Amino acid sequence: MKWVVTFCLLFLAVMTLHAKSTVQTTDALLRELKKAKAGDTIIIKSGHYKPGNIIIDKPMTLIGEGLPVLDGENKIEIITVLAKDVTIIGLKLINTGVSSMNDFAAIKANTAHRLKVRDNVLVNSFFGIHISNTIGAEIIHNTIYHDQVAEESSIGNGIHLWKSAQAKIENNRVSGHRDGIYFEFVTSSAVKNNYIEKNLRYGLHFMFSHENQYIENKFINNGAGVAVMYTHSIKMIKNIFSQNWGSSSYGMLLKDISDSEVRENQFLNNTVGIHMEGSSRIKFFKNIFQGNGYALRLQASCDNNDFKQNNFQQNTFDVTTNGVTVLNNITGNYWDRYEGYDLNKDGVGDTGYRPVSLYSMIVERVPASILLWRSFMVFLLDRAEKNFPAVIPENLIDNKPSMKPYDLFKKSN
Amino acid sequence: MTQMLKYVLQDVIRARFVLFYWLFIVAVTTLLFQLDSDPAKVVVSLLNVILLVVPLVCIVFTTIHFFNSYEFILLLMAQPIARKTVFLSQYIGVASSLALAFLAGVGLPAIAFGGAAKVLSILGIGLFITFTFVSLGFLAASLSRDKAKAIGIALLFWIYFALIYDGLILWVVYAFNDYPLEIPTLILTSLNPLDLGRIVMLLSIDVSALMGYTGAFFKEFFGNLTGEIFSLAMLSVWVLWPLWVALHRFKHNDL
Repeated sequence: MKWVVTFCLLFLAVMTLHAKSTVQTTDALLRELKKAKAGDTIIIKSGHYKPGNIIIDKPMTLIGEGLPVLDGENKIEIITVLAKDVTIIGLKLINTGVSSMNDFAAIKANTAHRLKVRDNVLVNSFFGIHISNTIGAEIIHNTIYHDQVAEESSIGNGIHLWKSAQAKIENNRVSGHRDGIYFEFVTSSAVKNNYIEKNLRYGLHFMFSHENQYIENKFINNGAGVAVMYTHSIKMIKNIFSQNWGSSSYGMLLKDISDSEVRENQFLNNTVGIHMEGSSRIKFFKNIFQGNGYALRLQASCDNNDFKQNNFQQNTFDVTTNGVTVLNNITGNYWDRYEGYDLNKDGVGDTGYRPVSLYSMIVERVPASILLWRSFMVFLLDRAEKNFPAVIPENLIDNKPSMKPYDLFKKSN
Repeated sequence: MTQMLKYVLQDVIRARFVLFYWLFIVAVTTLLFQLDSDPAKVVVSLLNVILLVVPLVCIVFTTIHFFNSYEFILLLMAQPIARKTVFLSQYIGVASSLALAFLAGVGLPAIAFGGAAKVLSILGIGLFITFTFVSLGFLAASLSRDKAKAIGIALLFWIYFALIYDGLILWVVYAFNDYPLEIPTLILTSLNPLDLGRIVMLLSIDVSALMGYTGAFFKEFFGNLTGEIFSLAMLSVWVLWPLWVALHRFKHNDL
């Protein structure tokens, strides 16, 4: 597919009679960049280039053949795009400068509408791709990683967007950066099928970024998982959040998120599957929560959220909360701890299930009491409390628990 | 000593109780393996059995056994044999037969269902718990010359370690929850062999329980060599001190 696209682009470039030049040395590259007019294409042959900071201020296309290396020598930003309709394909950008004054990036773009960044490899850059004030950027199939030991403060984000819209971010791999994908004031964008792993802070982090879609991404083993804030109208579908393990790590942290949809995601083996506070009107359908410490930490500041047809399996705690008022609707989920019966065989348990246990309330209040987990005393307390709720929120109850797990995904997924 | 050990073992086996104990554990382990294909979950369920049934059986059986063989012990005392030898052969005889029953009871089904590697840690913890509660059984027996009273003391030990102690910890952490409690709870839990065994066990199989700062703290402590040596040493202390006290009383009391 990408070859077809590349070919078409080349074809178009030729058809419109824009100049096309091929370079093999740093000098030639700099000369051609200077000479180029709007719409030109420069093909960079494989090799090691040290061009300094390349500033692209007219619509043009840079194509690497055989993955040419552009080296920032740990001093500078490599490519700065200040024009619309720029395309960057097939380059390997390594070693940008690191600065606490400037956000040096391997590719930085400002007001670069319809920027296309494809098939690049970005190694050990401070920021990977840094885009601001841009409409319709496409970031597709790039590999961005940082393999040197770095501290959170001395490294930037993999893909960083600020005040942009209609971006398309697909099939990228990001690892070793601060945040894998960072959005601030980014709207109407799609993030699809990315693999975000082992970043120092968050796999995905966004604020004030409305109406975006996150589909089929994998967020695995990031320092603190995924944290999203102050946003409404997002869709998160078929993502996998797994192995986000640590004392302040979350599969997904939702803070002030509203009117959104979280469906068919998998939360596997996280310390906290979903932690949510101040969030409203979110639909959580058909998600899998499996092997998490806390599957769902629903703070009392959340309201009108709907949890339906989710599977809760092998979590230490299914649901915890910090208050007794219940403003959310949890109905028709599968809980592997449910012990009720189904007399009329309609697949729905006849008695309700209370997913919050007394012990989980105690642990919320006194973390040190986690040491008594699985002790007989705790078992007795939980049992007594389940039947005669006094401390746990009485109304936090799934009145239609499913008897069998929903068949949501096959194991191979 | 070997001769006496032989008599004690013969006696224990003739009582058939250990056989039933073994059969019970085999049945429970087999059932758990049949109900659940995931060995990790089997181990967690087994943990509950080990933390409740094993101590109860060990401590009660030991106490009863001591009083049942009381006359035999008196007879031995008439011979030129050191009291220490008599006592230790009793201890080793009872403890080893119970330990063997436990090992075979959990081990054989585990091998049969192919989960042997997963149950290794639980076997280790179970052994320590067996030895500890046999020691406590002898301690209970040495505290009273009345059989019923001694069994009462034994049951009290069991309830205390299995239930009351955890309630006390819960109360303490709840009451003092404004203070940093990591080190106090660490100390408190090591003062109960069942708690210590449970925590060591959980850290080795299911860390998902231990979260947050406390979890990280304990994982760091028990996860490294110092922690392992510490927990092993504490478990050994729990085997040895009741035994030592019981031996002391046995040596110096009138029989």
